[in-house]
Amino acid sequence: MKLDAKIPSGPLAQKWTNYKNEIRLVSPANKRKYDIIVVGTGLAGASAAASLGELGYNVKAFCLQDSPRRAHSVAAQGGINAAKNYRNDGDSVHRLFYDTIKGGDFRAREANVHRLAEVSLNVIDQATAQGVPFAREYSGYLATRSFGGAQVSRTFYARGQTGQQLLLGAYQALMCQVSAGTVKIFPRHEMLELVLVNNHAKGIVVRDLISGKISTVTADAVVLATGGYSNAFYLSTSGVASNVTASWRAHRKGALFANPCFTQIHPTCIPVSGDYQSKLTLMSESLRNDGRVWVPKNAGDKRSPEQIPDSDRDYYLERIYPAYGNLVPRDIASRAAKRVCDEGRGVGPGGLGVFLDFRDAIKRLGEPVIRERYANLFDMYHEITIENAYKTPMRIYPAIHYAMGGLWVDYNLMSNLPGLFVIGEANFSDHGANRLGASALMQGLADGYFVLPYTIGDYLARNEVKRPAADVPEAKLAETETAARLNKLLSIRGKRTPVEFHKQLGRILWDNCGMAREEAGLKKAMQAIAALREEFWQNVIVPGSHADLNMALERAGRVADFLELGELLCLDALERRESCGCHLRTEFQTPEGECLRNDTDYAYVAAWEFTGAGKPPQLHKEPLVYEEAHMAQRSYK
Amino acid sequence: MKITVRVWRQKKAQSAGRFVEYPVEGANPDMSFLEMLDVLNEGLVKKGEEPVHFDSDCREGICGTCSCVINGEAHGPESRVTTCQTYMRSFKDGDTITVEPFRAKAFPLIKDLVVDRTAFDRIIQAGGFISVNTGAAPEANSIPVPKHASDLSMDAAACIGCGACVASCKNASASLFVAAKIAHLNLLPHGKPEKDRRALAMIQAMDAEGFGGCSVTGSCEAVCPKGIPISFISRMNRDYMVAALKMRE
Repeated sequence: MKLDAKIPSGPLAQKWTNYKNEIRLVSPANKRKYDIIVVGTGLAGASAAASLGELGYNVKAFCLQDSPRRAHSVAAQGGINAAKNYRNDGDSVHRLFYDTIKGGDFRAREANVHRLAEVSLNVIDQATAQGVPFAREYSGYLATRSFGGAQVSRTFYARGQTGQQLLLGAYQALMCQVSAGTVKIFPRHEMLELVLVNNHAKGIVVRDLISGKISTVTADAVVLATGGYSNAFYLSTSGVASNVTASWRAHRKGALFANPCFTQIHPTCIPVSGDYQSKLTLMSESLRNDGRVWVPKNAGDKRSPEQIPDSDRDYYLERIYPAYGNLVPRDIASRAAKRVCDEGRGVGPGGLGVFLDFRDAIKRLGEPVIRERYANLFDMYHEITIENAYKTPMRIYPAIHYAMGGLWVDYNLMSNLPGLFVIGEANFSDHGANRLGASALMQGLADGYFVLPYTIGDYLARNEVKRPAADVPEAKLAETETAARLNKLLSIRGKRTPVEFHKQLGRILWDNCGMAREEAGLKKAMQAIAALREEFWQNVIVPGSHADLNMALERAGRVADFLELGELLCLDALERRESCGCHLRTEFQTPEGECLRNDTDYAYVAAWEFTGAGKPPQLHKEPLVYEEAHMAQRSYK
Repeated sequence: MKITVRVWRQKKAQSAGRFVEYPVEGANPDMSFLEMLDVLNEGLVKKGEEPVHFDSDCREGICGTCSCVINGEAHGPESRVTTCQTYMRSFKDGDTITVEPFRAKAFPLIKDLVVDRTAFDRIIQAGGFISVNTGAAPEANSIPVPKHASDLSMDAAACIGCGACVASCKNASASLFVAAKIAHLNLLPHGKPEKDRRALAMIQAMDAEGFGGCSVTGSCEAVCPKGIPISFISRMNRDYMVAALKMRE
C-alpha cells in the first residue's frame, strides 16, 4: 500500500488557498441529495455537523451521551490559540505554525499544520459571533494570555471553562440546524461497526443504548469525530465513557492507525489518592502562568510546604529552563516532574507529586486577581483535596491527557478508506509527538468548521460509489457480526468484571508505555496484554441482556477494543527507536536526559494496517518532508 | 466507612420501581460519591447482578451528565457541586444514604437513576443560539463588548444543563435553565437581533415540554452546582414581556 498524503503543490503559505480554488464543489441543488454521518459531537463533530447542515447536506449526528453538549471537549479549561497578534507581540500565522511544528517535535505534517494556523483566525471570529463569552479587556476588546510552549500571548479563554463555552457555541449552531431540519441527532447511540461497500465507507452499525436495538445507517460519507484513546490507560483525564471503539472498528476494517504511541501526559493533574479512583482531574496548564513549580531541595524534607524557606526549595523548571521557566511544553514539564520524584523529592502520598505554588503571584498581584483568573480551578482543587490553594501550594502530578496518534488521514482529512473522514483528536495529523497547550480546541474547530466542509465536497462530487440501501449484504453481515459479539460477551459468564480487566490493562500501559519506555518493558507489556486479552474472552462477566440499557455491556465492548489497541500502542513505541516529544525511550537520551531524536531514520508517520486477528500488524511509513520548518533539536533553555 | 445505600431501582420506564438497600463496605472519605457507587456496582457485577445504572461522564463537574437526588437534595448535601464532585467526607460512618433519580414529568425515567433530559435540547433548538452560519462572522474585535456585559453573560453561560433546577423545583420548572441561556445570548451585542424571538420561542418550548411555571421559591438557585442566580429569571421575564408587547404592535 502506498500512502498518498495528497499534499497540494506550491509554496507552503499558498497551499490551502490554491487548493480551495481548485477543489471540486457540489452544487447547492445537489447537496440535499447527499447523506453524511457524523459520529461524535464534541468540538470537531458538532462544528462539522452544523457546518455541513448549513451547506445543505442531510446530516445524521450520533453521540453516546444523552446530549451533544456533554461531549468531553466540555472539560477543556485553559484556552484556544489563534494567531491574531492582538497584543502586537510579534505573533503571526507563520509563528503559530512554527511553534506547533516545533512543539510536536517535528513529527507532524507541515502542510496540515500551516493550514491549521491559517484558519485559527476564522475560528475565533466564528466563536465570538456565536456568543462565546471570551474574556475581555475594559475596552471591550478580547483578552489573551500566554500558555505553555509559547512566547507570545495568543491564547483566548473564557474563564477556566473555554472548552465548555466553545462546545456550547458549536452545540447551539448544531441545534439551530436541527430546528432547520438539516441535521438529525441520535443521542445515546454507539457506533459498533463501519460498513464498507466496494471498499468505500458507506455506513455504520449503531446500537441504540436505551432499547438495545442494533441497526445500520447508510450514507454517502462517514465522518468520525470520536475523540482520543487516553482511556486505554484506565486512569486519564478523559470522561469515563471516552473510548476507541469507533476508531478501532474502522481500523479493523482497513483504516490505518497512525502513531499510536504518541500519547500526551499532562503535567498539572491532581495526584492519585487511592485504587478506587475512576479518573484523574486536570488543573489547567494556565495555572503555570502564575504558579511556580518546586520540590524540596533535599529528599525526605517532611516540613509542611509553607515552612520550607526559598533556600531549601528547588524551582527546578526555572533552574533548568531559564528561557521558558514554568511555561515549558507539557512533555518537558511532565518528565521533569517524574525525574525529581524518582530522585525521592516528590511530595504528598507515595511521593508522587510536586508543588505548584501561588504564594509569590498572590504577593505580587493580590488574591482578588488570582481569584478572578482561576477561582473555579482553586474551587475544584478544594472540592477534591479539601486543601486551600490560596494558603498552601497545590500538589500536582502528570497524567495521561491526550492522544496525538489516531487514524491516518490525508490532507483532506480522509483516511485511506475512501469516504471515511476523521477529524479532531481522533485523527493524527497536526500535533506530531506532542501537542502544545490550547491547540486541541483550535484543531477540533478548525477541522469541523473550516476544513472538512470543503474537502468532503471534493469526495462527494466524484460520486464514485453511490449510497447503498440499509439492507445491502455488507450491512446485514456487519449487523450480524455485531450482535454475535455482544452475545459472546454476555455468554462468557466468567469471574472478573470488565472494569477489573480495564484497570489491569491501564496499569500495564502506565508502567511500561507511560512517561518513559524501554525495549524490555515494551516487549513484556505486549505479552502481558495478549495474555490479558485471552483471559478476557474466557473469564469476563457481563450481567443483563443486550435488549435494554446495559452499561456493563457497553463497558465490556470498549475494554475489548482497548485490549487490542494497547498491544499496538506498545508495538509502535517499540518500533520507534528514538525519543521524540512525549515518547521518551530511555535508551535514547541526551546526557542531560532530554529527548534524542533520530531524524535520519524516524522522520516518518508510522501507519499500522490491521492484517487479521492474531496476525502481526503491518507498518506503512509516510515520510515527513519539511520545506519551511528547519528540523532542529528543541531547546527551551 | 460503612455505608448503606437505599437506591431507586426500576427496570424501565413502564415497570414499577422500588427502593433497594445495599451495604457498601470499604468506602473512604476521599472517595467521590460516584466512586462509592462504582464499588457497589463492581460487587453486583461480580455476582452476576445488573449494576445500578446512573449517568456520569467527565467526573469533574462540567459536563452536566450526573444527576442523582441524594438524601432528598439534587446533587447531594454540599452546595455548588455536582454529584460527581460530592465526596464521602460529606457523610458519616454508618449512614444510610437515599439515592433517587431527578424526577420531573419532562424528564421521563429510563432505568434506575437514569432519566431522559432531551427536553433541554429541544428548548435550545427553539431559539437558544445565534443564527450565524460558518464563514459569516465578522472579525472578532470589530464588535467590542463591555466587560461587565461579557462577564454577566459568562455567569449565565456557565450553566451545565444538568437539570438540578428542575428536579428541586416543586413545579418542576426549567425557568433557571431557560433564563440562563436567554441571558447569556441576549446580553451580548451579537445576540441582540434575535433577542425578542428567542425569549418568546424558548419560553413557549419550555411550556410545551411540560415544565411548570416558576415557583419563586429559589430552590433552583440553592441547588445549582454553578451558582446561577435567580435574578436571571427576572431578566428573562422582562425580556419576555418586552418581546410580547412588541409582538402586539
